[in-house]
Amino acid sequence: MKVFRNLLDSVKPNFEKGGKLEKFYPAYDAFETFLFVPGHTANTGAHIRDAIDLKRTMVTVILAMVPALLFGIWNTGYQHFLALGQPDATFLEMFSYGAIKVLPIVIVSYAVGLGVEFIFGIINGHSINEGFLVTGMLIPLCLPIGIPLWMVAVATLFAVVIGKEVFGGTGMNIINVALTARAFLFFAYPTLMSGDKVWIDTATASGEALADGYTGATLLAQSTESATNYVNAAGVQYTDVFSSAFLGTIPGSIGETSTLAILLGAALLIYTGIGSWRIMLSGVLGGLVMSLIFNAFAVNPFMEVPAINQLVFGGFAFGIVFMATDPVTASQTTRGKWIYGFLIGVFAIMIRVFNPAYPEGVMLAILFMNVMAPLIDHYVIRGNISKRLKRVKVAA
Amino acid sequence: MSKEIKIKRGKDIKLAGPADKIYASALYAETVALKPGDFIGIRPKMLVKEGDVVKAGTPLFFDKNHEGVKFVAPMSGTVAEIKRGDKRVILEVIIKVDQETVYEKHDIADVKGMNGEQVKEIMLESGLWPMVRQRPFDVIANPNEAPKAIFISAFDSSPLAPDYDFILHGQDASFQAGIEAISKLTAGKVHLNVRGNVKAADAFANAKGVQINKFVGPHPAGNVGVQIHHIDPIAKGETIWFVNPQDVATIGKFFISGQFEASRVIALAGSEVNNPKYYRTVIGAPAASILNGNTKEGSKRYISGNVLTGSRIEETSYVGFYDHQLTVMPENHDPEFFGWIAPNFGKWSASRALFSWLMPNKEYKLDTKMNGEERAYVVTGQYETVFPFEIYPQQLIKSIMIDDIESMEELGIYEVAPEDFALCEVVCTSKMPVQSIVREGLEKLRIESL
Repeated sequence: MKVFRNLLDSVKPNFEKGGKLEKFYPAYDAFETFLFVPGHTANTGAHIRDAIDLKRTMVTVILAMVPALLFGIWNTGYQHFLALGQPDATFLEMFSYGAIKVLPIVIVSYAVGLGVEFIFGIINGHSINEGFLVTGMLIPLCLPIGIPLWMVAVATLFAVVIGKEVFGGTGMNIINVALTARAFLFFAYPTLMSGDKVWIDTATASGEALADGYTGATLLAQSTESATNYVNAAGVQYTDVFSSAFLGTIPGSIGETSTLAILLGAALLIYTGIGSWRIMLSGVLGGLVMSLIFNAFAVNPFMEVPAINQLVFGGFAFGIVFMATDPVTASQTTRGKWIYGFLIGVFAIMIRVFNPAYPEGVMLAILFMNVMAPLIDHYVIRGNISKRLKRVKVAA
Repeated sequence: MSKEIKIKRGKDIKLAGPADKIYASALYAETVALKPGDFIGIRPKMLVKEGDVVKAGTPLFFDKNHEGVKFVAPMSGTVAEIKRGDKRVILEVIIKVDQETVYEKHDIADVKGMNGEQVKEIMLESGLWPMVRQRPFDVIANPNEAPKAIFISAFDSSPLAPDYDFILHGQDASFQAGIEAISKLTAGKVHLNVRGNVKAADAFANAKGVQINKFVGPHPAGNVGVQIHHIDPIAKGETIWFVNPQDVATIGKFFISGQFEASRVIALAGSEVNNPKYYRTVIGAPAASILNGNTKEGSKRYISGNVLTGSRIEETSYVGFYDHQLTVMPENHDPEFFGWIAPNFGKWSASRALFSWLMPNKEYKLDTKMNGEERAYVVTGQYETVFPFEIYPQQLIKSIMIDDIESMEELGIYEVAPEDFALCEVVCTSKMPVQSIVREGLEKLRIESL
């Protein structure tokens, strides 16, 4: 600790006003405040302050994503060996295979995103906000394992620059940054973001891709054919498709498959109060309601998918827990949060069922509602204003 | 007709070092001072110069905006120094106190027979007027306006706050006389708001000519703004006046004796005080006469007022005109290694991302650290949990930041004061200077309305 302090203090003069690296002060500041919470004290207003800050908030969200990340790493290995016809591989083999595949994506996402944040911080001379700490983890978790690393880099670059920095950086963006990255890839490189080939890494040890004989389709893709008959990567039918999807032993984006792992994260977010339980609950309710309506009027297999399965298939749970609750892009008023979450649930299932070309309805639903959130807030606040005006008239 | 109102949203922050209910006499105050900075929005014009001899109750300066509003010497003596700061702003008017206090005498008829104009006149003349403050804007009441009601909050719910039930024990007569005087100032009601879950002092419980309302719930239930909002909310163009209960008694004493008796009880509290207790002293007393070595070793911050809204003063400075409390907190400038990820067991947080919620009854010894750096707004819904108004706090703050007067008015700025936002400022993840933002917005509107 002393070593770091001395090191920081020794280089600090270079970055301060008049120093030769003055321009890079935001970068220095980011490192200094990362290592040490500064000792500055309250100068105006309240003399005591809550121990929470944005760094703490962000690190709590990352912690909430760790179960999904760990499960995703294992599942990458599991799906790989299942497709290869080697379901007997040990836990360690699966996990380490997954780690080799997943961690580079995480590293690329962070390196590119933080790089952009630092550059903008230095250009604009403002301190580097912590927003990307969460985004940098969300991006890998919502991508398929087959994604080439250069595409991760391009998507992150696009998302951070166009999705966030042009609006003024952390706290100012209109749409969720991680989903911007995903949507960019989805529309720019559709063949690499959907279909049967991208969800499972099937490269054999010798390097050539595995020939046919395995099924890489996600449960959502299979739902267009039948609402009851699903097969896993080895071509074997699931005995209990709900349990498999709930536990997450299915193909899908890296972090989205295990509803159980996501629920662990949700529990932490709700418990700490950092993620809005209102958005999560109303989102689930919205999804359930829409699915039940489809069940009642079912004319094709996808509409017959039981409501409870809709909640555990695809990215629904991941989107509702980690993406929809992003406070910057969600509704900001309490009542608005209920409406916003509910409509995300409704639209996610609607898009997914009506347009199987966009199996990831939840992504589009959240992006759409991100754009609508200020409108919802506007009407909620107008309601409050006119209520208060009326109150005055009654009193008078 | 009395009301009982439950405040649900808010937070009681338990701090170490509440004042014991024991009286001690402060050291004899050799000097006292009035600080024009305590009176927001006034333009002070001096009436005395250094070396002038003044009595207790002699005007020292007046407000150029409202020339009737005078500020008087709390004790008799000689004007020792008029301390000025940048641009010749008057910081302190210091009086060297006589051994024996000589009072300005006012001829007082029985207050019962006076009308509102007469009471106002004599309060302006005697220097009592600054004790009457107004909402909106949270400044000294404008004597040219007619308030629709007057509010007295008989309890302070902020951390380590003085207990007015204790302070006003035995002062029933002067409190009642004060009520009678100020009730002449409005055609509306006088609301006396007491804490609902404890027995109020006799001075409050037996007060006549007031509507007694009971408030239950966490801080800021004791803030007069919260009470107004729940009983008689302010719309644009309306005014409500409010007075501190101890000041009501001072006003009462004046109407009984005809002289400005500036005695005041100040609670000395905080974790850095050895024996926190109540002190009998005067308005504008030097902090040192109360502290008198009763503090612990180490770097300390002296606050005139409470930890949420008080102002930082030097040990050699004076207690503020509106402050009934002196708080001493530890000051600490050490950076914390990975402080944002460490468990931080000794720290307080309203959030469950730390652990203080596990120990709701612990008395915290908090320092004055920011615990993070200022950031853009990210988190939402946080202010609402500690802000018991039907107002959207974060949206209001943003409207002030972008200087949108129409939105400020619509979002309810006339109902709030910086102190109502103090808890928002404490819990803010983005460490926004919320109270100064609110003050900025209020001042902008107040100046427009002049």
